[in-house]
Amino acid sequence: MAEGSLITDELRKLIGVSSGPIVSKVEEGAIQRYAQAIGDPNPLYNDPDFAKKTKYGRLLAPPGFTGWPIKAGRPTERLLESLAKAGAPTRGLDGGVEFEFIQPVCAGDVLTATTKIANMIERETRLGKTMFTTVEATFVNQKGDVALKSRSTFIQF
Amino acid sequence: MAKQVYYEDVEVGSGITPLTKIATTRMLVQWAGASGDFNPLHYDDDFAKGMGVGAPIVHGALKRAWLGQLMTDWIGEQGKLKKLSCQYRGMDYPRKMKTREEPHDGETWWCKGKVTKKYEEGGEHLVECEIWVENGKGEKTTPGSALIALPTRSGK
Repeated sequence: MAEGSLITDELRKLIGVSSGPIVSKVEEGAIQRYAQAIGDPNPLYNDPDFAKKTKYGRLLAPPGFTGWPIKAGRPTERLLESLAKAGAPTRGLDGGVEFEFIQPVCAGDVLTATTKIANMIERETRLGKTMFTTVEATFVNQKGDVALKSRSTFIQF
Repeated sequence: MAKQVYYEDVEVGSGITPLTKIATTRMLVQWAGASGDFNPLHYDDDFAKGMGVGAPIVHGALKRAWLGQLMTDWIGEQGKLKKLSCQYRGMDYPRKMKTREEPHDGETWWCKGKVTKKYEEGGEHLVECEIWVENGKGEKTTPGSALIALPTRSGK
């Protein structure tokens, strides 16, 4: 390891570590408040009567709804806490995300989320020595189908 | 809702109907509540300064959600959003509020995109797009990409 590397042996041990599963229900009101916060008037997310007449039959969640509001953030937060305990830098930013949407997520669905630290790299950036941690999450619905997957990048410096 | 876009209608280089957004401090509070992201980076001046970003910044996930709306608005009821990704490269700073409802004059953000590839695979008509959020200075603070499946006019 290079002198003064941010990624200590203790941090390196966390690669591959999983957190969860966390089970949560997709609530109708939470979908509506989320759509309102985006400023997205799509009736599929806002109007249960409209949604009832569509192929979904219930309010549809906007893409990415599964990021924070259904507690997917909790296992991710736990992973970040474990990073902090292992000595990761305390200043952090959200670096970005990749989503793969496989099944629709609708009001009333129950999603089970598990997350895993997939990778850790270090680079010199304008923030100084910077650590990039990739966290993968998988969300399985009540039918046992994978609804979506995500890969998030956390930046710590 | 906009009229349905079909696979035959798009070519490499075709633009996606842009979407405008104005980030305000009020919107960030609403987003924090709706998304459950209560990081003080997005509402506490001193904390944000301590984090080295100068002032509270727009949540990356909110900009990602705007890009989600850009795509779902464009692909219509019969289109399917299969993948969406973006990177939070540049900081965006919300407009402050002038009244309870109205923000001060200032920056307007644009969500934009264009088609980069179209192909058939596994019986689906797929289209790849480059997408981004552009700030008032024309800088792409949030570049990303999307993969969609579109219906065909022939129905095949």
